[in-house]
Amino acid sequence: MNNTTFPLPVIAISHLDHTFGQGSLQKQVLFDINLQIQAGEIVIMSGPSGSGKTTLLSLLGGLRSAQAGSLKVLGRELVGSPAEQLVGSRRQIGYIFQAHNLHNSLTARQNVMMGLEVLGRQTRAERQSKATAILEQVGLGERLDYYPDNLSGGQKQRVAIARALVRHPQILLADEPTAALDKKAGRDVVEIMQKLAQEQGCTILLVTHDNRILDIADRLIYMEDGRLQQDQAIGSFLQSPSLSHP
Amino acid sequence: MITEPISPKTGKTSLPPEGLASRRGIWQSWQDRTPLGWLQLKRQKSRMVVAVAGIAFADLLMFAQLGIQAALFDSNTLLLSHLNADIVIRGSQYRDLSLTTTFPRRRLYQAQSVEGIAHADPIYIASVNWKNPQTRHKTQITVLGQSLERPALNLPEIAQQLDTITLLDTVLFDRLSRGTYQEVVQQVAQGESVNTEIDRRTIRVAGLFSLGASFATDGTIVASQDSFLRLFPERTSGQVSLGLLQIKPGHDPQQVVEALRVTLPKDVLINTKLDFLNLERAYWSQRTPIGLVFNFGTIMAFVVGIVIVFQILSTDVNDHLAEYATFKAMGYRDRYLLAIVFEEAIILAVIGFIPGLALALAQYRLIQVAAALPIGMTAARLFFVFGLTVLMCCFSGAIATRKLQSADPADIF
Repeated sequence: MNNTTFPLPVIAISHLDHTFGQGSLQKQVLFDINLQIQAGEIVIMSGPSGSGKTTLLSLLGGLRSAQAGSLKVLGRELVGSPAEQLVGSRRQIGYIFQAHNLHNSLTARQNVMMGLEVLGRQTRAERQSKATAILEQVGLGERLDYYPDNLSGGQKQRVAIARALVRHPQILLADEPTAALDKKAGRDVVEIMQKLAQEQGCTILLVTHDNRILDIADRLIYMEDGRLQQDQAIGSFLQSPSLSHP
Repeated sequence: MITEPISPKTGKTSLPPEGLASRRGIWQSWQDRTPLGWLQLKRQKSRMVVAVAGIAFADLLMFAQLGIQAALFDSNTLLLSHLNADIVIRGSQYRDLSLTTTFPRRRLYQAQSVEGIAHADPIYIASVNWKNPQTRHKTQITVLGQSLERPALNLPEIAQQLDTITLLDTVLFDRLSRGTYQEVVQQVAQGESVNTEIDRRTIRVAGLFSLGASFATDGTIVASQDSFLRLFPERTSGQVSLGLLQIKPGHDPQQVVEALRVTLPKDVLINTKLDFLNLERAYWSQRTPIGLVFNFGTIMAFVVGIVIVFQILSTDVNDHLAEYATFKAMGYRDRYLLAIVFEEAIILAVIGFIPGLALALAQYRLIQVAAALPIGMTAARLFFVFGLTVLMCCFSGAIATRKLQSADPADIF
């Protein structure tokens, strides 16, 4: 299946609210979110800490149950959907975390193979050759059997990208993937992500504070206090006073 | 391209279970599966060693408790299990062999008139202090007085030496008695008799047999009933300890028991030998604190094992919480993660059981030699303790994984 089979937006959010806590401790973190992302788009979401970016991302990834409004991912409504559907949704999405979250008892290649094993229809040999191929693509062909402890931060994040993309997801969600990396490593990671995603026709939603990588985006969105403030093309965003004169 | 078989219109999907596609055989899936539990354990060797040592220790304790308990029951019913009888009669006050209760010998004559009874012989049993012929120290021993017509115990050595004990004050000695008897046994085995004393009466040890010591008694000697009565002048031949009945071929022991119960007065209890043995065993396990104490010990060992394995597994789960949350985010179900922990639990159970069993066998050998108790490994106990070990580890795993089961993976971070 390719993204071209999705004439509809791959992500369609309308009037989405989200609340944490119960009773008097209740705190609303997302207010009336409306957002559409087309297939193949690379969208960067920025905004201050605690503005609700990660919450929105985790709802999109099926990591949290969506509560009110409408949240459609690849045509599937996630608001009020049962746990089993969320599991199905997670299997179609690649997710990259701020921390690499590689399993430290598995080698780089075994970690990547875990991204395929969940789909449950390939032999070990098939998974192994696919994992090897994608690790070569992210420049880790020499480090297939290294444990995460013996890889640098940038290398680990590249393994995490390989793990997310090895099963060719239609959507890649990334939560501050460069936060723990230095400038060069961060740049490399983002470029690899961009290159692979474009080859696969994968849609990317990337949350970041990192101004250095904004240029890869087709579109920038800005979240503040649980509301999407701006939805604009990259040119006008980069010229906005808040970014050009920090 | 790899995607879920999803229809965008209905949103319905058929999800294959992780690592177990129905199109492939179970064996193929098993081979294809990443053995995460094993890889996790292997990567943290010191943690695995601690877990294995803890499980081996718990197993050793369980084997010790169960083994000694079984040895206790076996040894305390050892004499009874060798009685040469189909049916046993005892006094209505009978509690166990160590408490001397008697009933009138007339009951045996009455029993002989019941249809199906071939013989009814009395035996006399009592404890006495005798002087150990080797050390000259006084020690307690069980004396069994029997009629000279038939051996009271189904041991060939006794049947062969019935002539020997026709002589008054002449006894056969259990060579497996607990205590310092090596020289006595050696001397008697070479055909020399050894003299000793019971209550200033000289007794001659003229033969040997093999029975075994118990918790209740250190050893046994067998004499004729006349010799027995000379040692216990306060008892008469009319007061017997047990009656040994043999039935004629072709009669059902249970029917004969019923007939005896109808014929004989209520001052005696009548059972087949097997029922009698079970009653005696039940007495030791239920009416004395022994069974309770050892069962409690076994449970304690089990609990210690659970605590140790739980510590290990919950530390392991906590260490990998972020990775497990990531697996959930990738679409793995809770049960896949639970399976990892249970895989670890079962691997630990198997690896820990092996040294535990080896230690237990060494320990049994030590008890056999040092305490002269009939302790040994049985297949039933081996499987039972292995089952307990697996149960122990899985139970620990079940507690350790509670944290994994929260509904949303995002909450784990």
